[in-house]
Amino acid sequence: MDEVTYAPATGLLSWTWLLIALPAAGAAILLLTGRRSDRWGHWLGVATVGGAFALALAMFSGLSGLDNKTAATDLFTFISVGELDIQASLLLDPLSGVFTLLITGVGFLIHVYAVGYMAEDDDRRKFFAYFNLFVAAMLILVLGGNYFMTFIGWEGVGLASYLLIAFWQAKPSAATAGKKAFLTNRVADVGFLLAMFVMIGAVGSLDFAEVFNGAGELSDGMALALGLLLLAAACGKSGQWPFQTWLPDAMEGPTPVSALIHAATMVTAGVYLIARSNPIFNLNETAQTVVVAIGALTLLFGAIVGCAKDDIKRVLAWSTVSQIGYMFLAVGLGGGAYALGIIHLLAHGFFKAGLFLGSGSVMHAMNDQTDIRRFGGLWRVMPWTYATFAAGWVAIIGLFPFSGYFSKDPIIAAAFAREGWEGWVAGGAALLGAALTAFYMTRLFVLTFHGPKRWTDDVHPHESPAIMTGPLVLLGLGSLAAGGLMATPVAEWLVPVFGEHEEHHGHLTHMQATIATTAVVILGAALAILLFRGGTDEVPRAAAWPVRLARADLGGEAVNRGLFERPGRVAAGASVAVDARGVDGIVNGLSAAVGGTSRRLGRLQTGFVRSYALSILSGAVIVVAALMVVVIQ
Amino acid sequence: MSEMHIDWAGLSPMIIVFAAAFVGLLFEAVVPKTKRLPVQVALAIAALAAAFIAVAANAGKSATAFSTGETDIGSVVLDGPGLFLQGTIAILALIAVLLLAEQRTTKGGDFVNEAAVVADSAADVAQRREPGATEIFPLALFAVGGMMMFVVSGDLLTMFVALEMLSLPLYLLCGLAKRRRLISQEAALKYFLLGAFASAFFVYGMAMLYGFAGTIDLNGINQAGISSGEPRILLYIGVGMLAVALLFKAAAVPFHMWTPDVYTGAPTPVTALMAGCVKVAAFGGLLRVFNVGLESSAWDWHMILTVIAIATMIGGAFFAVTQRNIKRLLAYSSIANAGYLLIGVIALGDAVGQTMFYLAAYGFTVIAAFAVVSLVRDGDNEATDLSRWAGLGKNSPGTAVIFTILMLALAGIPFTSGFTAKFGLFSAGVEAGEVGLVVVGVISSAILAFPYLRVVVLLWLNEPAPDAPTVNLPSPMAGTVVAAGVAATILLGVAPGFLLDIASQASTYMAN
Repeated sequence: MDEVTYAPATGLLSWTWLLIALPAAGAAILLLTGRRSDRWGHWLGVATVGGAFALALAMFSGLSGLDNKTAATDLFTFISVGELDIQASLLLDPLSGVFTLLITGVGFLIHVYAVGYMAEDDDRRKFFAYFNLFVAAMLILVLGGNYFMTFIGWEGVGLASYLLIAFWQAKPSAATAGKKAFLTNRVADVGFLLAMFVMIGAVGSLDFAEVFNGAGELSDGMALALGLLLLAAACGKSGQWPFQTWLPDAMEGPTPVSALIHAATMVTAGVYLIARSNPIFNLNETAQTVVVAIGALTLLFGAIVGCAKDDIKRVLAWSTVSQIGYMFLAVGLGGGAYALGIIHLLAHGFFKAGLFLGSGSVMHAMNDQTDIRRFGGLWRVMPWTYATFAAGWVAIIGLFPFSGYFSKDPIIAAAFAREGWEGWVAGGAALLGAALTAFYMTRLFVLTFHGPKRWTDDVHPHESPAIMTGPLVLLGLGSLAAGGLMATPVAEWLVPVFGEHEEHHGHLTHMQATIATTAVVILGAALAILLFRGGTDEVPRAAAWPVRLARADLGGEAVNRGLFERPGRVAAGASVAVDARGVDGIVNGLSAAVGGTSRRLGRLQTGFVRSYALSILSGAVIVVAALMVVVIQ
Repeated sequence: MSEMHIDWAGLSPMIIVFAAAFVGLLFEAVVPKTKRLPVQVALAIAALAAAFIAVAANAGKSATAFSTGETDIGSVVLDGPGLFLQGTIAILALIAVLLLAEQRTTKGGDFVNEAAVVADSAADVAQRREPGATEIFPLALFAVGGMMMFVVSGDLLTMFVALEMLSLPLYLLCGLAKRRRLISQEAALKYFLLGAFASAFFVYGMAMLYGFAGTIDLNGINQAGISSGEPRILLYIGVGMLAVALLFKAAAVPFHMWTPDVYTGAPTPVTALMAGCVKVAAFGGLLRVFNVGLESSAWDWHMILTVIAIATMIGGAFFAVTQRNIKRLLAYSSIANAGYLLIGVIALGDAVGQTMFYLAAYGFTVIAAFAVVSLVRDGDNEATDLSRWAGLGKNSPGTAVIFTILMLALAGIPFTSGFTAKFGLFSAGVEAGEVGLVVVGVISSAILAFPYLRVVVLLWLNEPAPDAPTVNLPSPMAGTVVAAGVAATILLGVAPGFLLDIASQASTYMAN
């Protein structure tokens, strides 16, 4: 493998930190000025992200003029002890460059939209403060020049996401969902932290360049462990199996949050992490196979559950789970597919953000209802929302010549190109997923905008104000065109990060895969139109077991409850019991036996001290005995 | 016999603190009662500040305080770790003394006037209106002097004297609460009985090690670990007993059981002093004993200490999860933190700097946390039940923000000292090859983050009860404590470099 080197930044590019500082300053000002900035605070929030976007564009063009397309900046020494030297360093390279544009660009549009969407909310200023904080943290995540910085951003986005999900504090479900998101993210953090400590132990550095250059000398087991730990971190953050359940619950937050954090940016951090760590994953085929398996499983999982949900935001959330599954599949395939995963990520950022904002516009019109069974016929009353949602719809199902066609089809073809039976399985799953995607998205689209009106009596739908439809139109245009425009140039642009790769064909040629995909997509969409153009029941009907299972998130909740919640409760109960009674009970029992005093005269305080003292004594006996054991050996 | 040389400058920090303690006792006799408080506080603050400056003046020293001609007498060893920890203790104690002096949050302070009055009797009810005893300041100074001596003790006998010197005043201080006096007295008695028990282990272990090595000097014991012809069983019993006594003070499982009761019963400022300064002293002692005295027998004790560290990390985190009382929660968290710190002890040599940094960072955070606890009150009593803290963010956002920062630091979230300290300590553990311990540490801290975050949720997302506790406005005393603690927590989280540099430069023990 080639030596990885990052050139120091010069000129404008040495101001990379300003990208992060702008939204961070926005958040700080909004939080510190308090109610005084209620009147103009949201515009400040929009302006800082807009400014960061302009700056990112300038830097992007500056970067493209460089020979090796990297610009590394060391800000200051964070921790320097012995061998370990951790700098607060930033790295702008092709990969972080495209992420920066996505985060600031789509982030800017969503910020503008949120000005209108949150207009009625008393705490709009606080909302924009957290929103800005999130953008700053996300930029640290992608611009960090070592794993340590990435981790800081990683934790930061987790915290901001937690705050924003729980933003609607009045709803207890929001607080629960926030907690769930946080706990899942803790699991991911443990994976990330352990991965960092493995790097420190094995390579002695967290610097991207040093880790990647030293990765070749890792033992197979070490490389696998490192890959799996990073994967666990990525799965937690990106809502991949087995951590998928927090993401749909996170929809309790305001819709712009769902669009920015839980669709376009934060949840793709896992994909970023794997793509960034590509030299580590390239080393170990087992780790890559696990990534592929998780991607394939999750994309089907999300698509199946998505078919059975009736809540507009939850369908979109499961669709996000499923689409990120495609990205995982791509980055797991490795080689040329890394770039395909990133391209799908960017395209998805546009159309999913557009779809979410569109759903927010619908909710606005329908008194915050989310049940698609009570929508229908909305195309006439909200033409802008309808048109832009339609753009997102054709993009996500991948009709030629719209976005998804250029970003998802190559992934399906690449999956079929994998050697042996794995290629058939992964490719088959991806193909089936495409059909299901077409089905549930068409169902969502038709039930929401077409067919008879099934509105509840008190709603009077209306189109949203221009401040909301404006971003929708821009995102809609992006949904239509982004995939086609980006496919080739982005793949070339990312060559310095992922290396050159020959395209090779496996079980199906690209053309065959494309034809097959288009066929199943049309089939899925047609079936959905046929079934749902006349509307649907207004309450769920008793259904066969597959549908019931899908409605119950394919048992994901039950598994969670069985695997985590119940043992957690038992452990908590045990901890209380031991704390209150158990230790005294056990120790007093012991002390009775040891001291010959079998009568316990109630629970006297002296008894407590005695039992504590006995605990110390037993501990001492064990310590000395254990030391003796070492002697005998 | 050549003349004894004494390094007075090196001893000056301890001399200043002890002298101030004696002068403080004298003040009790000669200064009129109404003027005692300001005089005692000023004296204690001046003494600790002077002690810190004296420590700083000794920086870079690596010598014994006593020597005759060419021979060093190793009873007091002034080397990098010793001086760093002395400085840490002085600063943390300075902050804790400000908390001891707080008078505004509850009228007359948290301490009882005459401890001999029967609790809850008519006389006791009457004396609740009176200001508390001012003997607490000399007592605290004696304890702090003992701690400063503990971390520079070069032989076991000096260490034992220092241990008693730091413990006895603390037993008294624990029993001096003005409210809930019975619980406080119970805590004091428990702490005393168990502490005395642990001290007996220390003496017994010392005797065994003397039998093995023929000396109580730590360097000598280390030499004997390589060359002594005595039965090694003496060494094992000695190491075991000594470890028990030190681990008791450090609150490691299974020697931790006094911690929650004593932390809850003692007046909160005293708890802060224990959680901050005593922790530093206890680990200072552990680090020195294991790095200097028992390094040559590391292979023998490595396994059992590893087991204790794992039990402490897991046990502390596990019990913390279900706590409903903020002081008990902090007590169990202090136990879990003792487990993390044990990684630094086990890792030896290179981890000393990181362990010391952790001690300093943790001390600031935990003292500030207890200071906030002492501000939130139901009437005159502290509202320590967590359910009473619900919705504090609505009524007192400032206090809630500060407590949130402290909780996030204890949970180890980036940009707080809790994260940098844990990260540094765990990295040092990995570099020393203790990967298993670090894995347990990471998992334990993930579990431990949960109760802290629950407190944060409680503060911000729950509705306050109609009779919610009030946050009493602190005087500049407690205000300074909180401000200093939070400032250090953030500073050491964002730019830990300068203190880490000092700690790692000061991480070498004096070689023989």
